[in-house]
Amino acid sequence: MPLWTWTGLKAGKAATRWPRSGSDGQEGVLGMPRLDIDKCRSGCDLCISSCPTQAIHLVEGEPVIDYGRCIVCQRCVEECPEGAMQSSYDWAFGVRQRSDLTWSAALESHEAEHLRKRIASSQRRSLHIRHVDAGSCNACEAEISALDNPFYNLHRLGIFFTPSPRFADLLMVTGPVTAPMHDVLLATWEAMPEPRSVIATGTCAVSGAPMDGGYAGGAGLEKILPVDIWLPGCPPNPAALIHALLLLLERMPQRVTGGQYAE
Amino acid sequence: MNMASSLNSCSTRLVAADQLVAVAQECLNQQMRFLMAWHDWDDQTCVVRYLLSQKDHAEFVLLEVRDTDTLPSLAALVPLLGWYEREMHDLGGLEFSGHPESFPLIIHEGFSISPPPLGRTAADNPLQAHLQGSYEPPSMPEVQGDQVQDLYWGPVRADVVETGEFHYSYIGEAILHYHPRLFFKHRGMEARFAGQDAARSVYLAERVSGVGSACHALAYCQAVENAWGIEVPLRAQLLRVIIVELERLYNHFHYFGQLAKTTTLKVGAATGFLMEERVKQLASQLTGSRYLRSLLCVGGLRRDLQAEHLAHALEGIIDEGEAYLNRLHQTATHLDRLMGTGILSLESAFDQGATGPVARASGLDRDLRRDHPYAAYHKLRFNVPVREKGDAMARSEVRAESLREALALLVQASGRLKTGPVQAEYTPPSGEQQGLGWAETPRGTLMYAVRIRDGRLQRVKIKSPSFSNWRVFPLTVHGTNLMDYAINEASFGLTIAGCDR
Ligand code: SF4
Ligand code: SF4
Repeated sequence: MPLWTWTGLKAGKAATRWPRSGSDGQEGVLGMPRLDIDKCRSGCDLCISSCPTQAIHLVEGEPVIDYGRCIVCQRCVEECPEGAMQSSYDWAFGVRQRSDLTWSAALESHEAEHLRKRIASSQRRSLHIRHVDAGSCNACEAEISALDNPFYNLHRLGIFFTPSPRFADLLMVTGPVTAPMHDVLLATWEAMPEPRSVIATGTCAVSGAPMDGGYAGGAGLEKILPVDIWLPGCPPNPAALIHALLLLLERMPQRVTGGQYAE
Repeated sequence: MNMASSLNSCSTRLVAADQLVAVAQECLNQQMRFLMAWHDWDDQTCVVRYLLSQKDHAEFVLLEVRDTDTLPSLAALVPLLGWYEREMHDLGGLEFSGHPESFPLIIHEGFSISPPPLGRTAADNPLQAHLQGSYEPPSMPEVQGDQVQDLYWGPVRADVVETGEFHYSYIGEAILHYHPRLFFKHRGMEARFAGQDAARSVYLAERVSGVGSACHALAYCQAVENAWGIEVPLRAQLLRVIIVELERLYNHFHYFGQLAKTTTLKVGAATGFLMEERVKQLASQLTGSRYLRSLLCVGGLRRDLQAEHLAHALEGIIDEGEAYLNRLHQTATHLDRLMGTGILSLESAFDQGATGPVARASGLDRDLRRDHPYAAYHKLRFNVPVREKGDAMARSEVRAESLREALALLVQASGRLKTGPVQAEYTPPSGEQQGLGWAETPRGTLMYAVRIRDGRLQRVKIKSPSFSNWRVFPLTVHGTNLMDYAINEASFGLTIAGCDR
């Protein structure tokens, strides 16, 4: 037997079965900060000044985080004197509505609205993805590529990458959309057959942060494409990507509503 | 007002513009090598700086030309400077007379920005202009001939890859000419630092090139520490070595996965990517971040890491990594595709600015960790692998050796850890300072030059290894064949984000 076949067989299966069972592989990976509002001292704005991407704002005297701008740098956690900002392992942040990434008092359900635009059942079984790099730092690509490594082995979920937009059901966009990528991105989307979906992959693609406001353009997808799933994270790890993909296919539930992470 | 500061770690020499060519020649005669060039503004006065390394001497040399934004081009004499000059032209509005390739580099055909984003008036209002325009195909020198065909590939290409547009002119299988158009991903990173708090901008450096986050953080921090005269405690220095060697390790495993993928060795590719994943999972267990982000700060580390047992945690990776490298090295079908592929001569490597494993595979024996030690490298033992052939085989051999050295360094550095502080105490000084920081990344030389005034960054120049190696790479493609292209590209191990910035 050829050497490589033999070693491959001997090594056995490296793939996790997550989310059905087994490890998601993200032990220790820090996620978005959690806010324990009861510990927050009024009149203090240290978390706001500590945040490099202006992800935190005061609303009626209380801090509100827009996770769509969070790059998981943990600085607010370090600088909060009261321990109200806490490190967490919350990274499965894919949501259908951009507004779900911001804390809101009225927890309205968007699910009803969503049901009207159900994913065609044929797509729920298998999905073909075209990825476009619209100016990323390359960490998001590295995590998307990791989906094909033997540990995550995306094929087991019936999800594949395709070179041609003409065969793609889903466009995954990374990066803040730099000026030269704007038209290129739209052309790729135009080339896709309907029904087609879009995932804004990574904080850059969600809001442009921390790359927005520069001379080379780029504030994310908000005003550019109709987005089906917003997935902040810098970068979103492979399990967060899988969660977002399965969320799109209605095979996993959304974890975050109104900025709150459900266990 | 005159610039009060000068760049640390350098012996600086002021050169008149009309003397520049002669002085550059003199430097070459003394076997110095140009590393990078960048411009800055001293109020409204233009300053252009050329950084050089000396042979067998740790101190860098800096040539400084002041008071003019029109300079003679050095690109004919020092080809590697060609891109730096074009960048200064595109972003700073400088002119270089007699440039042999006076095409746009960063700002594509069809796009414009006025005034230039790093130009004379930019300091007053860095965000006054926006890059505007629409896609146009590159203006290329035409290759003509009966059977010559043209292939434009990109900007959106197959697979999950970074954006770039590649143009091939070919006959049958033979590539006559190859031109990569990059900088679609240009995010204006250098300008983003301007006006920011120097003590708190590590997060930006970490996002210049994601798979080089740790090295970028390190080079940036060292530049600020160099400017402010901060001594980083030993424990932090050793932990910094551990952090960047973990980065090297996962990058090198990825490299072999990618290389095996191009030689259609499926299990070989899968094994490389699986090893990469295991290193990243180890990294996240140790640090909380798969990309080793949010760990470094000016003065040391943001928090202590418990890396004492790293050698134990690495045992499986060491054994399987060694077995993997050996297996690749015994696979004739894999090696056959690498031997003689994409040859880069020593002379071209030197002239065109090749760096890192690419340079060392062509006989250029350079490594910043040894030649210009930083962090705790002067306390550690390691070899710098060098090969002569300059083909894909040599490049992969250098990477393999470097992977083994990274593992050995991780074991060594974690064994040396003693308890102690991980952060230096300092107060950011007022007034103006400049600093230089560098790191030998998995891909080669990375440099940060910073100028700070009253704690705020005024100018940050980033020279990334891929900016250097992307310039070199096409030389190894001309005259080869299409079948070998992907293998050759993988053997270079390039990234685009770092190059485009
Ligand atoms: S962790 Fe997120 S919210 Fe907190 S400072 Fe960093 S970017 Fe801002
Ligand atoms: S979201 Fe973060 S990791 Fe992803 S491309 Fe942007 S900066 Fe890089």
